[in-house]
Amino acid sequence: MDGFPILLSIVLAPIIGALIIILIPEKDEMVIKITAALATFVSLVLSLYAFITYDKSVGGLQFLQDFIWVERFGINLSFGVDGISLPLVLLTAIVIFTGVFASWDMKNRSKEFFVFLLVLVAGVFGVFVSRDLFWFYLFFEVAVIPMYVLIGVWGSTRKEYAAMKLTIYLLVGSAFALIGIIALYLYAKGQLGYGTFDIATLSTVNFDIAFQKFAFFLMMIGFGFLVPMWPLHTWSPDGHVAAPTAVSMLHAGVLMKLGGYGLIRAGVFLFPIGAKFWAPLIAVLCIVNVVYGAMVAMVQKDLKFVIGYSSVSHMGYVLLGIASMNYLSLDGAVAQMFAHGIMTALFFALVGNVYHKAHTREIAAFGGLAHQMPRVAAGFLIGGLASLGLPGLNNFVAEALIFLGSWRVEKILFGFLHFRVLSILAIFGVVVTAIYVLRVVQKVFFGPRNPKWDHLTDAKGVEMVPIVILVGVLLLFGIFPSLLIDTINVGIEPLVAKIAAAVEIGGIF
Amino acid sequence: MIQFAWLIPVLPIIAFAVIVFLTRRMQMVSALTAIVAMAGSLIIAIGVLVQVFSTNITIAEPVELVVRWLEVPGSLLIEAGVLIDPLSSVMLFVVTSIAFLIMIYSIGYMKGDPGFSVFFAYLSLFSTSMLGLVISNNYFLTFMFWELVGLSSYLLIGFYWNKDSASDASKKAFITNRVGDFGFMLGMFFLFLLFGTFNFQELSVAIPAFANKTLLTIVALLVFVGPIAKSAQFPLHVWLPDAMEGPTPVSALIHAATMVAAGVYLLARGFVLFESAKTALLIIAIIGGFSAVFAATIGLVQRDIKRILAFSTMSQLGYMVMAIGLGSITAGMFHLTTHAFFKALLFLGAGSVIHAVHTQDIFEMGGLAKKMKTTTWTFLIGSLSLAGIFPLAGFWSKDEILVTALNAGEIFGVPFLGPLFLTLGLLVAFMTAFYMFRLIFVAFFGSEQAGQEAHESPISMTFPLVILAVFAIFAGFIGTPFTDNGFAAWVYYGHPHLPEPNYFIMIFSTIVAFAGILFAWIIYGKKAISAEKLAVRFSAIHTLLYNKYYIDEAYQWFFDKVFLRIADGCRWFDRTIVDGIADGFGDGLREMGARLRFIQTGNLQNYALVIFAAVVIIALWLAVPVLGGI
Amino acid sequence: MVGLNEYLIFAAILFCIGLYGAVAKKNAVAVLMGIELMLNSVNINLIAFNRFLTPSEVTGQVFAIIVVVVAAAEVAVGLALILNIYRQRLTTDVNDLDWLKW
Repeated sequence: MDGFPILLSIVLAPIIGALIIILIPEKDEMVIKITAALATFVSLVLSLYAFITYDKSVGGLQFLQDFIWVERFGINLSFGVDGISLPLVLLTAIVIFTGVFASWDMKNRSKEFFVFLLVLVAGVFGVFVSRDLFWFYLFFEVAVIPMYVLIGVWGSTRKEYAAMKLTIYLLVGSAFALIGIIALYLYAKGQLGYGTFDIATLSTVNFDIAFQKFAFFLMMIGFGFLVPMWPLHTWSPDGHVAAPTAVSMLHAGVLMKLGGYGLIRAGVFLFPIGAKFWAPLIAVLCIVNVVYGAMVAMVQKDLKFVIGYSSVSHMGYVLLGIASMNYLSLDGAVAQMFAHGIMTALFFALVGNVYHKAHTREIAAFGGLAHQMPRVAAGFLIGGLASLGLPGLNNFVAEALIFLGSWRVEKILFGFLHFRVLSILAIFGVVVTAIYVLRVVQKVFFGPRNPKWDHLTDAKGVEMVPIVILVGVLLLFGIFPSLLIDTINVGIEPLVAKIAAAVEIGGIF
Repeated sequence: MIQFAWLIPVLPIIAFAVIVFLTRRMQMVSALTAIVAMAGSLIIAIGVLVQVFSTNITIAEPVELVVRWLEVPGSLLIEAGVLIDPLSSVMLFVVTSIAFLIMIYSIGYMKGDPGFSVFFAYLSLFSTSMLGLVISNNYFLTFMFWELVGLSSYLLIGFYWNKDSASDASKKAFITNRVGDFGFMLGMFFLFLLFGTFNFQELSVAIPAFANKTLLTIVALLVFVGPIAKSAQFPLHVWLPDAMEGPTPVSALIHAATMVAAGVYLLARGFVLFESAKTALLIIAIIGGFSAVFAATIGLVQRDIKRILAFSTMSQLGYMVMAIGLGSITAGMFHLTTHAFFKALLFLGAGSVIHAVHTQDIFEMGGLAKKMKTTTWTFLIGSLSLAGIFPLAGFWSKDEILVTALNAGEIFGVPFLGPLFLTLGLLVAFMTAFYMFRLIFVAFFGSEQAGQEAHESPISMTFPLVILAVFAIFAGFIGTPFTDNGFAAWVYYGHPHLPEPNYFIMIFSTIVAFAGILFAWIIYGKKAISAEKLAVRFSAIHTLLYNKYYIDEAYQWFFDKVFLRIADGCRWFDRTIVDGIADGFGDGLREMGARLRFIQTGNLQNYALVIFAAVVIIALWLAVPVLGGI
Repeated sequence: MVGLNEYLIFAAILFCIGLYGAVAKKNAVAVLMGIELMLNSVNINLIAFNRFLTPSEVTGQVFAIIVVVVAAAEVAVGLALILNIYRQRLTTDVNDLDWLKW
C-alpha cells in the first residue's frame, strides 16, 4: 500500500459517507445506517492497518502526506502519525464504529443525525492525524459544532442548556489555545524567518523561558477545558448526560482525549520548560479531579451522571501522568486515554441500551436488572471492573504505569507537599472508584427480580456489536499490554528526550 | 515437568473461556470441562512437586521461566514469569488438589442450580487466579493475580446475586480487599522505587543489603496491609463472615482453604522483606495473634454453622500470620497446608449438612449423627484435627507454631514475648476446641428436631469428604519431628530449622484441647451447665461477642455518616459553587445585555445623531496630527 | 471674489441645515429632505474642490453625478417606504417608528 493516502482516507471516509447519506432519501433508514457503518468501517480497517504496519523500529511520524494549502502563511494540510497519536486514531475508529451500532435504533431524523455524527468524527480524526497546528485547530472546531447540534436536537435532560454549555466551554477553551497557537506562530516566525505551523519544525525553535511560561499557560487552560481539568469540568457531566448514546460515547471516549493529546503535543512537546514550570499546578488540580470526581460520582442518582463524573475522575489520571513528566507516566497517560476511551464508550453504549428501553436512568428505579438483561449486566460489570482498574483489563496497565511514573517524582510542592502524597491520593482514588462502581452495579443489576422491568429485552443482534468489540479490546490490551505500550513507547521517547534536555527553572510553587 | 509449570494456571482459564463461550447450556459438559482442566493442573502440579522434591531446588535457588510481558525501555520491565521452588510447589499442590476435590463435590451440591455452568466457570477463573498468584515470580504479577482472586471471590460470593444479602457481601468483600490492595500497591511501588525491580529473586538479593531500616519497615507494613485484608486479619476481617453468603463449596475453596491463605503465602513469599525489618515482623506477629484470639472469642457464640467456621478460619489464619511474624515460614506454611485440608473438609461437611437440613442455624439441627454417617465421621475428624488432637494433622502443625511462639523472645530479644505468644496460642487452641465441639454436640448429637428429614448426601459429595478426611489425618506426618521434619527440611528460608520434639508443648496443648472439648461437652453435651443461663449471666459480653464487637456497625457508621456526607458535600460544592460560578458568568453576561438594551431607543434619528457625532469625533481625532493641534 | 472658502462655508451651512432636518424633524418626509440637503452640500464640496484644486480632471464632477444618482434612488426607495408605512400606520411621525426598540 505504498503511496496510498491512508490517513487522508481515514479522515475522508466519514465525510464521503456523510455526503452519500445526504443523497439518500430520508425514509431509507436502513440504507443510511449501513452507509454510516460502512464509512466508519473503512476508517476502522485503515486505522488498524496503520496501527499494525507502523514501523516501531523506525519510530517518529509515519504515513506522511502533504498538501500545500496557503503557502504564504506556511499553512499546509499535512498528515502523519506517531506512537502517541496512532493509538488515539485507532481509539476513535473503534469508538465511532461501535457508536454507529449503538445508535442503530435512532428513529428521529436519523439522516441528519448520521450526517452530523460522521462530520464530527472526521473532525476528530483530523485533529489526531494533523501535523500542522492550524489544521489541528481547524479540525477541532469542525468537531465541536456538530456536537452542539447533536446534543441540542437528539439529546435528553436539559439538552439545550447542556449543548450551549458544552459549546461555550469548548470554544472558550479553544480560544485560549488559539491565542497560544498564534503567539507561537509569530514567535517562531521571528526566529525562523518564515512562518510555519508545522509542529515538527516548531519544536526545533528555542523558545525563551518567559515565552514558554506564557504559551504553556495558554495551552494548559485551553486544553484543560477539554480534558477537563478541575474546576473547568462542569460542562462534561452535563454534556454526557444530555447527549444521545453515540455522541456520549464519542464525547467521553474521544473528545476529552483531544485535550490530553493537545496538552502533550502542543504543550509539553513544544514547551518543555513551561511544562515543568506549570506541572505542579496540574498535579494538584488533577488530584482534585481524581478524588473529588470519584466522590461526586458516588452520590449521583442518574446513571449517566455517575459515568460522567467517573470520566472526570479518570481523566485526572491522564493529567497526573502528564504532570509527572517521565517516561512511565507519559506512557501511562497515553495508554489511559486509550483505555478510558474504550471503557467509557462501553459504559455509555450499555446505559444507552438500558435507557432506550426503560426510558429512565434513575438508579433507584432499577434493581435486579440482570434477570432481564444478563448480557448488559455482564458488559456493565466488565466495564466497571475496567473502571476500577482490575488487572487483565486495559485500564489497569495504564493506571499502574501512571502510578509508577508519578511515584518516582521527587518534587516537593509548596515547600512541604511531597509529590508522592499526590500519588498516594491518586491511588486512593482507585478505592473510591471501586466503591461507587460496585454500588451502581449492585443497585442496578443485582437483587431480586423486579417485575416492573419484565418488558425489557436483553441486548441482541447489532446491539451486541459494541459490547463485544469494546470488551474484546479491553481484554486484548489488558492481557497483552505490549501490543499497545510498545507503540506508545516509540512516541513518548522523543518527548522524554526533550523534557530531559529542558532546563529546570523551578515550578510555580 | 517444570517446563510445563506455566500450564497449571493456564488450563483452568481455558476451561473458563470454553464454558463461558461454548458449553454454558450443557451443564454436565461444563462441569467436566472444568474438572478435566483442573485434573490436568493437578497432575502437572504433582509432577512439579515430585521433581522439586527429588532435585536440589530450594527457595534460595529456584527455577524461573519468564517471558517479556510489559516493557518501557530503561524504566520498567515486567515479566510474566513462573517461579518454582518448594514453597510454590507445595502451595500449587494444595490448591490444585483441593480445587479438584471441591469441583467434584460441587457436581452434587450445585445440582439443579440454574447457574450450574457459570459456577464451574467461576471456579475455574478462581483457580487460575490463585494458581497464578502462587506461581508468579514478581510482585507485580502477584498483585495482578491477587486482584483477580478478589474478583473471583466477588463473583462467587455474589453468586446468588438476586439475594440482596449476597450482593452486599460480595461488594463488601471486594471493597475491603481493595483497601488492602491499596496498601499493598503502595508498598510494591516503594519496592520498585528503591530497588528498580519487582522480581522476587532480585529483591531477595537486594533487600538485605539495604541500609535504611525505617523505610524498609514502612514498606513491609504497607505490603502487609494486603495480607491483612486478604487473610481477614483485624481490622480488615469484616468481609469474611459475610462471605459465607456464597455457595458452600466456595466457602470451602476460597474462604477457608486457599484464597484467604494467599495472604499468608505472600508473607512467606516476600519473607526477605519482612525479615529485614524486625519491627514490622513483630507488628505482624501481634496482629496475627490478636486476630486469632479476637476471632476465636466471636466464634464461641455464633449460631450459624458457616459463620462459626468462618471465624475459626480467621482465627487459624491469625495463627499462621503470627507464626510467620515470629520468623518461621515453615510453621506458617505447614499449618496453612494442613489447615487447607481439614478446613475444606469441615466446610464441605457443613455444606453436606446444609444440603440435607436446609438451615444454617446449629440450634435448628440435631441428631444428625444417626442420619448422616459419613458426614458426621468426616466432620468429627476435621474438628479433631482442627482442635489439634494427637496424631491428626492439625496437632503437628499447631505444635510447630506453639514451639515457634515459645522461642519468640529470642528472635526479638525481648524475653517475655515467648510466654506471651505461647499463652495466646494456647488460649486460641482452647477456644477452638470448645467452639468446634459446641457445634458438634449441638448439631450432630443434640436432640433431633421434629420434622427434619435429613439424609446422607450423594456419593459425589461424600467422596471428597472421605479423601479430605484422609488428608486431615495423615497430612501432618510430612512435618513431624518423628518423621525427620520433612516439611521443615524443605520449606524454609535461610537455613532449615529442625526442631527437636518438644514434649512439654505437645502434652500441654493436648491437655488444653481436651479441656476445651470437655467444657463443650459439659455445657452442650451433658447440659450440666445451662448455656442460656451463661448467656444471661454474661449478657453484656455475650451481646458484644455475638455482634462481633460491633466492628461492622462502626464501619457502616463511618461510611454512611462520614464518607457519604463528604461525598454529598462535594456534590453540593460542585453543583452550587463550581457550576454556580460558571453559570453565574453566563447569567451575568445576560444581565448586562438586559441592562444595555435600553440604550436602543428604536428612534432612527437618535442613531443618526450618534453616528454623526462619532464621525465628527473620529475626523477631529485624525485631523489633529495633520493640523498640528488647534 | 468668491473663492473656495466661501463655497465650503456655504456647503457647511447647507449640511448643518440638512443635519438638523434629518435629526430633529418629526415628519419622515422632512427627514428625507434633510438627507437630500446633506447630500447636495457634499455635491457642492465635490464640485468646488474639483474646480479650485484639480481643474484639469473631472473626478469631482463624476462623484457628484454618482451622488445625485444614488440620492435619486434613495429618495425613491425612501418615499416608497414612507408611503407604505403611512398606509399601515397612518402616520409619518418618526417618533412612532421605533419598532426596533427592545
